Amino acid sequence: MSLSLLEGNEAIARGAVAAGCRFFAGYPITPATTIYNSMLNLLPPLGGIVLQGEDEIASIGFCLGASMAGFKVMTATSGPGISLFSEHISFAIGSEIPIVIVDVQRLGPSTGSATRGADGDINFIRWGNSGGLPVIALAPVDVKDCFTLTMHAFNLAEKLRCPVFIASNKEIGMIRESIDLDALEKPEIIDRSPAPAGKPHLPFQVTEGQSVPDFLPIGANVPVRQTSSTHSQNGYITTDHEEIAIILDRLKTKLESAIDQFSFYDLIKTEKAETLIITYGVTARAAKAAYKELKEQTHPVSVLILKTLWPVPETIIRQTAQSCKQVVVVEMNLGQYVKEIQRILPNMHIDFLGQMNGQLITPRQIMEKIANG
Amino acid sequence: MASLLNDQRPPVFCPGCSHERITHILDKVFQNMGLNGNQIVIVSDIGCSGLFDTFFHTHALHGLHGRALTYAAGLKMARPDLNVVVTMGDGGQGIGGAHLLAACRRNLDLTLLILNNFNFGMTGGQFSATTPQEAQIGSGFLNQLERPLDICQIARMAGAPYATRCSAFRKDLVKEIQRAIEFEGFSVIDIWGVCPGRFTKKNRLTPQLIDAALAKLSPQEGIVSENVRKEYGRHYRELAAGQKIAPTPLKIEAKFNPPQPNRQEVMLLGSAGQRIITAGEIVCLAGLSAGLHATQKNEYNITVLRGPSISELILSPEKIDFTGIKQPSVIVALAQEGVDRRRELFVNLDDDTIVLQINGVNIPPTKAFIHRVNLQTQGIRKSDWALASVAILAKLKRVISLEMLQSALEIKFKEKTLVDSLILVSEVKIN
Repeated sequence: MSLSLLEGNEAIARGAVAAGCRFFAGYPITPATTIYNSMLNLLPPLGGIVLQGEDEIASIGFCLGASMAGFKVMTATSGPGISLFSEHISFAIGSEIPIVIVDVQRLGPSTGSATRGADGDINFIRWGNSGGLPVIALAPVDVKDCFTLTMHAFNLAEKLRCPVFIASNKEIGMIRESIDLDALEKPEIIDRSPAPAGKPHLPFQVTEGQSVPDFLPIGANVPVRQTSSTHSQNGYITTDHEEIAIILDRLKTKLESAIDQFSFYDLIKTEKAETLIITYGVTARAAKAAYKELKEQTHPVSVLILKTLWPVPETIIRQTAQSCKQVVVVEMNLGQYVKEIQRILPNMHIDFLGQMNGQLITPRQIMEKIANG
Repeated sequence: MASLLNDQRPPVFCPGCSHERITHILDKVFQNMGLNGNQIVIVSDIGCSGLFDTFFHTHALHGLHGRALTYAAGLKMARPDLNVVVTMGDGGQGIGGAHLLAACRRNLDLTLLILNNFNFGMTGGQFSATTPQEAQIGSGFLNQLERPLDICQIARMAGAPYATRCSAFRKDLVKEIQRAIEFEGFSVIDIWGVCPGRFTKKNRLTPQLIDAALAKLSPQEGIVSENVRKEYGRHYRELAAGQKIAPTPLKIEAKFNPPQPNRQEVMLLGSAGQRIITAGEIVCLAGLSAGLHATQKNEYNITVLRGPSISELILSPEKIDFTGIKQPSVIVALAQEGVDRRRELFVNLDDDTIVLQINGVNIPPTKAFIHRVNLQTQGIRKSDWALASVAILAKLKRVISLEMLQSALEIKFKEKTLVDSLILVSEVKIN
């Protein structure tokens, strides 16, 4: 076995390129900048395009334009930039424009601390769009996940025509870590479904059994329409409330009904464990360390590490929690995802451990929470 | 060529609106140029100018207010063969001001038509960035407080190689728009028109008055010679073609045995300019050469050349979960800034931890084993202290061995830097 030393952010860039991404636009921001740097090293020699926008709004706007021309696109930022992305996140949701958006989270609120980690944007990622429709968010735990989940993110963006977020963290993105590149999981690449030739193209039409419209790029042989306005299947603005309802319902169900197909997670199961730790992101690493220490002791635990955060993978959460008496949710904020767990497990005793001070939650803190509730 | 107007969706502008006139003029332009609908993208902004894409059988992208130029840039970079025409109002110009400036500087081959009717027609005639201060508008007195801007002057100063200021009623507007589209580079036309639904209800504005107002300004017509230069997309592709393929991450085979068999945690507490991060990376690479897993977690201020610089390193025969330091094997105290940032660390140490205390650095009271070294009297430059400390660790057979370190240096450095670093490692004394 040979090992390589790779930074999480570079692994995201390499995963993107492996997934077929050939367009990146970004704006410098710590701790996401090294994704931009890496894309600038990787893409132009491959004939790809890397642009630096005049701001984050422009960067994601470039991406939406290029995605509509058929490119697989990605942008990357942190808290202050994801805030500026908001209007274009809504556009990508409502107009079904595939894009991968990386949020290398830093301590907020606002400009916060540029070089301190956090998972404070988890609910912003889900709810930071006008209209409140669902998005997909994947959360890497280590450098290996940065690569593989980015590939999955592209596949999901293409397949379901939606924005897909990578909810990273300074403590993952800017960590250098050993990785066995030969052992990397590389999912098969999925491209957006092309519209069949020879038929009139309605850009938002779905046929029976389909939840996502076929795609023709702007620049195809027949004119293609795209609009941020409430549209009919022909891509023109509409006031037909029945058709509006059908299309908006579809935007919700196309993601929520497919969640079991992309519920990524790690489950470290201990027989007869009464306590289940539910966590994600860099905090999962502390939970794993706590698990190892507790394994030797009298209070064994199971750990559910969620790598798909949105839509909420309810099935796996319910199934896993079923046999437990205590659930401990641990996250690097003051309580966001725990609300989802409380919603899904209304009759369960749920303890919460959160922290927002720029420091990693330690295995010791988790063990104390388990012991003291 | 046939008209590209959408006969199912005729223009819906207020009677007398100059936007309708421009719609037909634009159709004539496309016909004169012999373009098919699939060779054109109309990117439309918000407001009445945002309706343009629906009147044509062309590719169309309608997005958020002020952002039309951003989508247009992505489209044009992705598909350089398409004719990209952006329609925007004076409102879009205001809210998207940064994008207009950037588009002028960038010089991507887009044509921006600003349908300037001096107010926000759709929302009630509020003032825009071009509303005259004396106009009666839907924002009360507020427009009296703000000076209108001259789009063409701004475009010119920002580097647009093509800028025209003209009336929507200009007789040869077809030719002028065609010239702008055919120009290879960013072209902007500031087209002054009337908004009968709002602006001219309270303000007198006629084609003659527009001409008179334009005549008062120094004319701006077409190519701005001092700004003519290579088009961005063409230039980008030329430069990108010369970029070398990035190397894949180096795979490092395990060939050595580490001096300690278990997890080792190292903290380098230094300051900016001591190449702490590089020294940390070398420790990790050395670990990899012994088949160890490694993590490197850094902390530094955003001011790159000042303040503490800290690198936390873990080498372990097992996969590393928690990346924080729990029980450091080694702390290297390289600079006061770094030590001060982590003072609390020293209290709980026991004598399993070795603190490498470099000359001049004070450390808090601790039970750790202290190993003092004077690098200054050894004549080593401050920027090499971190690497020298790592070499001392290797010589003490702590965390890494000398052969692991040498192997890491051969991976990280080349030529003179490698030779110099190997000399440094061999010459540094442990006391």
